[in-house]
Amino acid sequence: MKRWKTAAGVVLVGVMLFPVYWMFNVSLTRTGDMRADPPHWFPWNPTFEGYAAALAQQLPALATSLFIGLGTVALTLVVALPAGYSLAKLRPRGARGIDFLLLVAQMIPAVVMAMGFYAIYIRLGMLNTVPGLIVADSTLAVPFGVLLFRAFMASIPGELMAAAQIDGASTWRTFRSIILPLSRNSVITVSLFAFLWAWSDFIFASTLNRNSDVIPITLGIFRYIGNNTTQWNSIMATAVIASVPAAFLLVLAQRYIAAGVTAGAVKD
Amino acid sequence: MTSLSSQAMTVGRAAHAAPRRRSRQWTAYAFLAPLVIYLLVFYAYPLYRNIDLSVHDYTPRAFVRGDPEFTGLDNYRDILSDDTFLRALRNTALFTLVSIAAQYALGLALAVFFQRNFRLSAVLRAMFLVPWLLPLIVSASTWSWMLNSDNGIVNAALEAFGIGQINWLTSPDTSLLAVTIANIWLGVPFNLVILYAGLQTISADLYEAAGLDGANGWQRFWRITFPLLRPVSAITLLLGLIYTLKVVDIIWIMTKGGPADASTTLATWSYREAFGTGQPDFSPAAAVGNLLILIAFAAGLLHVHLQRKEERA
Repeated sequence: MKRWKTAAGVVLVGVMLFPVYWMFNVSLTRTGDMRADPPHWFPWNPTFEGYAAALAQQLPALATSLFIGLGTVALTLVVALPAGYSLAKLRPRGARGIDFLLLVAQMIPAVVMAMGFYAIYIRLGMLNTVPGLIVADSTLAVPFGVLLFRAFMASIPGELMAAAQIDGASTWRTFRSIILPLSRNSVITVSLFAFLWAWSDFIFASTLNRNSDVIPITLGIFRYIGNNTTQWNSIMATAVIASVPAAFLLVLAQRYIAAGVTAGAVKD
Repeated sequence: MTSLSSQAMTVGRAAHAAPRRRSRQWTAYAFLAPLVIYLLVFYAYPLYRNIDLSVHDYTPRAFVRGDPEFTGLDNYRDILSDDTFLRALRNTALFTLVSIAAQYALGLALAVFFQRNFRLSAVLRAMFLVPWLLPLIVSASTWSWMLNSDNGIVNAALEAFGIGQINWLTSPDTSLLAVTIANIWLGVPFNLVILYAGLQTISADLYEAAGLDGANGWQRFWRITFPLLRPVSAITLLLGLIYTLKVVDIIWIMTKGGPADASTTLATWSYREAFGTGQPDFSPAAAVGNLLILIAFAAGLLHVHLQRKEERA
């Protein structure tokens, strides 16, 4: 009975992940076999020409995305960590209002934010710059980060803080030496999401950096599709490479992800 | 005497505590300051600029020079009377409702399935997260290739069942369906994770008791699981609604909202007006975007309302 369920589970995962397999399959298919009818279900004569082309052409874009992702993580943590601490433990007046604002912030469509940022950046000369994109991408993660940190830090026992304060620690010192180390898991979760969202962002990249030479990988793939309707193996190879961080992070931190989503979504 | 001295002590303590409380408030605000500044500069100001865009006539030249003509609500009047508006509204409603209904139903069925203890259950469940973590451009371009008319794998598979070629992305009859299918696939993992977490909070005793009373699996689902999961379900559906309303990337990458507006939603319409053509038309685009915020805001108020009701219960 239980074995039957495992088998059913494997089939369900197979169906769900079929597009991922297909992307992988196409990335290894020869250009000549691409239009085969019916398509080949397996890469019989695998070729790595797609990967070679992808790496030759898209490596700078991958580096740009990595840089943007890390910048977004840093900015998100700097803003969200102290705010989460304040909302969870220091009880500022007006905390409910901030909660509501964060909720509203998450509902604003990215396309609206993109237009606002465009209007501002065009005057500041920040269009087509990497810092401009880091700032825009961080708006995807900051509200989520604050809400998650608040939920997590609220569960840290107040006695720990009180004990530190009796020992003469300042609020800042308590934050640094008690709260931050204990919040490690939630920091990992927020960093993960901030990185992935920045890495996957298409809307801000395609609006704020579209005339730049320095482009992130999502825009690289999009341009690739536009210019290159024959070389789907290169496109899919780039897609596979662009998915590696996600796959890597998933394996590395699956339990944090599930816990983080749950805390962020259900408790707040 | 005792009562008097204790009273004096209370007063003394209160007088002592007040400034300390005030200084703690200031510390609290100091830690909150980066967020408040961030929200003002990177949310409020772009939003203000967006409203400003929607009540002026911003041509690309006026954009650079900063001297647009004030037009009041003309842009809103224009978009509401535009032929695309009703089309986009209908497509947004269909795309959103079909997506979240299907994601929820599939997510719940999978959550119930994975709730049982069997070998590899946790590993297989984790693998379901993969589609959700992939960059949207990756999933969307993979789906484009799979739904390709001539040599897409979907048509090849359908052919085996004697179903003729379907022009998924290039026919006005199916393009909305095609992007909806891709979006459902993307949303199932999120629904699975949250609903699964919700299921964990339902006590196993209830199922045991129902089993003793002779309830079958179906009855247990409808009488216990479904009603007790209601608060989690409500939040899942609302988050899905808010998220799906804003979707641009998938639709834009797969169909660009076409053919002939067949898969244009309010969000993609706004994107196209502003950035999708050679001639950016920011003012109507901003007006469409603001309409979208109003819709999402209404959904958000519903969310808060339900949450409050939940807390009271």
